[in-house]
Amino acid sequence: MSDLINSSLRELSAALAAKKVSAVELATLFLDRVEKFNPALNAFITLDHEKTLAQARAADERLKVPKGTQSAGAGDPAISPLCGIPLAHKDIFCTKGWRTTCGSKILANFVSPYDANVVEKLAAAGMVTLGKLNMDEFAMGSSNETSYFGPVKNPWDVSCVPGGSSGGSAAAIAARLTPAATGTDTGGSIRQPAALCGLTGLKPTYGVVSRYGMIAFASSLDQGGPMAKSAEDCALLLSAMAGFDARDSTSLERPPEDYSRDLDQPLTGLRIGLPQEFFGAGMDADVRAAVETALAEYRKLGATTVEVRLPNSGLSVPAYYVIAPAEASSNLSRFDGVRYGHRAPEYADLAEMYSRTRAQGFGAEVKRRILIGAYVLSHGYYDAYYLQAQKIRRLIAADFVAAFKECDVIMGPTSPSVAFAFGAKSADPVQMYLSDIYTISTNLAGLPGMSLPCGFGNNDMPVGLQIIGNWFGEAKMLNVAHQYQKATDWHTRMPGGVK
Amino acid sequence: MSLNLEDVARIARLARIELSAAERETTRDQLNGILGFIEQLQAVDTAGIEPMAHAVDVVQRLRPDTVTETDRRADFQALAPETEAGLYLVPRVVE
Repeated sequence: MSDLINSSLRELSAALAAKKVSAVELATLFLDRVEKFNPALNAFITLDHEKTLAQARAADERLKVPKGTQSAGAGDPAISPLCGIPLAHKDIFCTKGWRTTCGSKILANFVSPYDANVVEKLAAAGMVTLGKLNMDEFAMGSSNETSYFGPVKNPWDVSCVPGGSSGGSAAAIAARLTPAATGTDTGGSIRQPAALCGLTGLKPTYGVVSRYGMIAFASSLDQGGPMAKSAEDCALLLSAMAGFDARDSTSLERPPEDYSRDLDQPLTGLRIGLPQEFFGAGMDADVRAAVETALAEYRKLGATTVEVRLPNSGLSVPAYYVIAPAEASSNLSRFDGVRYGHRAPEYADLAEMYSRTRAQGFGAEVKRRILIGAYVLSHGYYDAYYLQAQKIRRLIAADFVAAFKECDVIMGPTSPSVAFAFGAKSADPVQMYLSDIYTISTNLAGLPGMSLPCGFGNNDMPVGLQIIGNWFGEAKMLNVAHQYQKATDWHTRMPGGVK
Repeated sequence: MSLNLEDVARIARLARIELSAAERETTRDQLNGILGFIEQLQAVDTAGIEPMAHAVDVVQRLRPDTVTETDRRADFQALAPETEAGLYLVPRVVE
């Protein structure tokens, strides 16, 4: 049983098909590990063993039908390779009948009346939900320190942050409490925690995965995606998560894709663009060394590297901290204590009910971003801040269009440093914002991005290599990541404390 | 330009977030730190650049004007802090 915690999703699928293990046994194996290791890590906010085991029993029923044939039930699809495999959802995804908190006091008792599209799709594939994962409040943070439910600890060193905002997802996979998880990425929230916890995570092109039922932070940037141990696992998960959904007005009507289709393509002739702006003074020496070693490995695999320029990428963090708070201040206006969520117990009138409810329900970072957003959108400041940031956003996107004329993928570090200690950046918001300096431009441009483990840096903490793909280049990125993972074993490493 | 305590109070009112006097001071300092950081955007020449609101250029889809949702009022209102006779209750607004 113990090797199952390190198995790939394909191996788990094969074990389930061969009846070497049942979905119930697999769910129980991981729930037992959650019980053992979660108290020290705080990766999960909500567990519901009854619901989990009911889903696992249903998956076992479906698995009784021979693989590749239609099941007996009328209209049932052929069985997905993911059927019976457990996963956990970031608590930003609404899950029917489960508490869905978004890491906030304001939703601390919110039991969702519906499923997010991503939750529906993965459940339809037969995946078994282990629970709901901790995260920075409303996905606003890069260290998981803003969660109302307390910080998540990094399984590689519990005195360090796991990254954020999908820090619960990252810590749970790294500690082998789940084989896979969902995440969301508005400015790096899948890629940065994947890097800091030694995992593989993918943010798709904007519009590929439906945002329906994914609690909104900055709607023009938010995108859900898979987090797992390997690119091969992420490809399987993304194939099940992606697809048009009429209930998300920015969901793209594109034919379904098998994101695993190009995994085995050789990398001969691959052109890797290296933006000089990503290799400047801001990156720590240990991160640089690991990234350079990975690039040398890629050259061995037949790729060539070319220098590219992203001259406006230095403006991506300030532009993001206008655009994202502006959209957040608008999106979070729905939390008013009227229809759902926390309501202040005492107030004199309606205005006071709103302002006290929100003062009590939101944490400090969420309030800061709402206030910045309200300011940059307010009369007299809109043109100077918001419109100017949107113009710079176009310059940043245009840089990528030019760069992709010279290369097939772009590479660089995911994060300027390995995981930092709790409290190291929490006193200075701007220092924290700069943790996402290499990931934010991708969101502004709407491009897909990945992080994969490429070695260890200071204090033996994992380093992430970032791959940025062209628009809709997910299959290419996954191919590029998978070939590296066939030649290296960084993605198979497991923290010592959770064995 | 940097914000003073009055500006902070005005923004907090726009955002409907109650701030105590002490919170107003820390908020002023933190917001000024963030605004100082985003100030560098002002130096960029963006003459003639079209603002980019969205990552992908798509037009709003239209759907037929038909009922697609089922009535789930009871489910949704079960989540509300206070309801009565199918209505959401708030403090009296009109005397």
